[in-house]
Amino acid sequence: MHDHDHDHHSELSEMQLRVKALETILTEKGYVDPAALDLIVEHYETKVGPHIGARVVAKAWAEPAFKQALLADASKAIAGLGLDTKVGEHLIAVENTPQLHNIIVCTLCSCYPWDVLGLPPTWYKSAPYRSRTVKDPRGVLADFGVTLPATTQIRVWDSTAETRYLVLPVRPAGTERLSQDELAALVTRDSMVGTGLVSA
Amino acid sequence: MNGIHDMGGMDGFGAVVAPAHEPPFHDAWEGRVMAISRALAATGIWNIDQGRYGIERLPPEVYLTSSYHRKWHLRTEALLREAGLLSATELAGGHARGPAKPLPHPALRPDKVAATLVRGNYERPAQATARFETGEAVRTRNIHPLSHTRLPRYARGRTGVIDRIYGCHVFPDSFVLGKGDDPQWLYAVRFKARELWGADADPTVTVLIDAFEPYLARVPA
Repeated sequence: MHDHDHDHHSELSEMQLRVKALETILTEKGYVDPAALDLIVEHYETKVGPHIGARVVAKAWAEPAFKQALLADASKAIAGLGLDTKVGEHLIAVENTPQLHNIIVCTLCSCYPWDVLGLPPTWYKSAPYRSRTVKDPRGVLADFGVTLPATTQIRVWDSTAETRYLVLPVRPAGTERLSQDELAALVTRDSMVGTGLVSA
Repeated sequence: MNGIHDMGGMDGFGAVVAPAHEPPFHDAWEGRVMAISRALAATGIWNIDQGRYGIERLPPEVYLTSSYHRKWHLRTEALLREAGLLSATELAGGHARGPAKPLPHPALRPDKVAATLVRGNYERPAQATARFETGEAVRTRNIHPLSHTRLPRYARGRTGVIDRIYGCHVFPDSFVLGKGDDPQWLYAVRFKARELWGADADPTVTVLIDAFEPYLARVPA
């Protein structure tokens, strides 16, 4: 959480030893299988990530029927895409417009739509983000270099249940001729959390 | 519990620092922590809310000074010890000392990993009709349970409006205690920032929480 270098390094070595010890004990007892652990790590390192959400956003921008389906039931709409990794239940997509900006937080822990965005970045799980977003979202957006017009309505979604939220950002002007792959390349992780905007 | 984890609305933590690029895991041990936790959860020795409650019960000073994955690791050690699956002697020595105990489900094997990584479905058949409808004003209850709850402190005793109805879901406050799913209606409830933070709050801001029906009371007409 803090960036004091010496603390960080001493924590690393302490944690390397502790985690190794725990894995050894649990393996000896037969409670975990290291080969299964390898696959879990690989899944999060190489398979899931914001590229999945970006593809969904690009499709929603390009295909009005898909956008409607996504906003009605995001889990169901995405399940129909035949992605390599499956998307779980209770995913809610919320649409940004020039008049309304959505931003996602989990004040109680770190709930985040892993299936479409991958693992949450450290800032999303940090005390500054979790404490301030519900009280001062414009201040948090300023930390990300985002300034919205004073008249824009802001909706902060605090993920306090098993629902997970994905922001459908505003499609930037001048992208009418782009393919879905080209559109997806513009979509950032932060824009799908609501801490960023998409620019062309 | 009114723990340090319930951070919404606290001041003093400073600006959000967001590096442009970050690897999924900063060091190999973080990935192992995540994987051990996921693999153990798949054996059924704890459920999602018991796992969260394990982190909430870390001492506040430990919570605030530990990285995310360190918190996960400390939680895993603590829950394993509570379950009698791990001893202090074993932790100190780095090796198993006694026989294994049976787990609710067998250890996670590679062929079952993919299925385990898909998020579960927490919706359950309704036990009764929903008490509230979309657009209706509700007031959150002023509750302070000593155990795990998903009603954040900043949103207790506040008046909002039912924005969406999500169906009937596993109720964390019961699930954490091992009392089964106890399904309850789940709503998105929206509050004006001024209702939560006072008259000086930004009039353009609305905050929504996902609230289970037992958290909500009718607003007298």
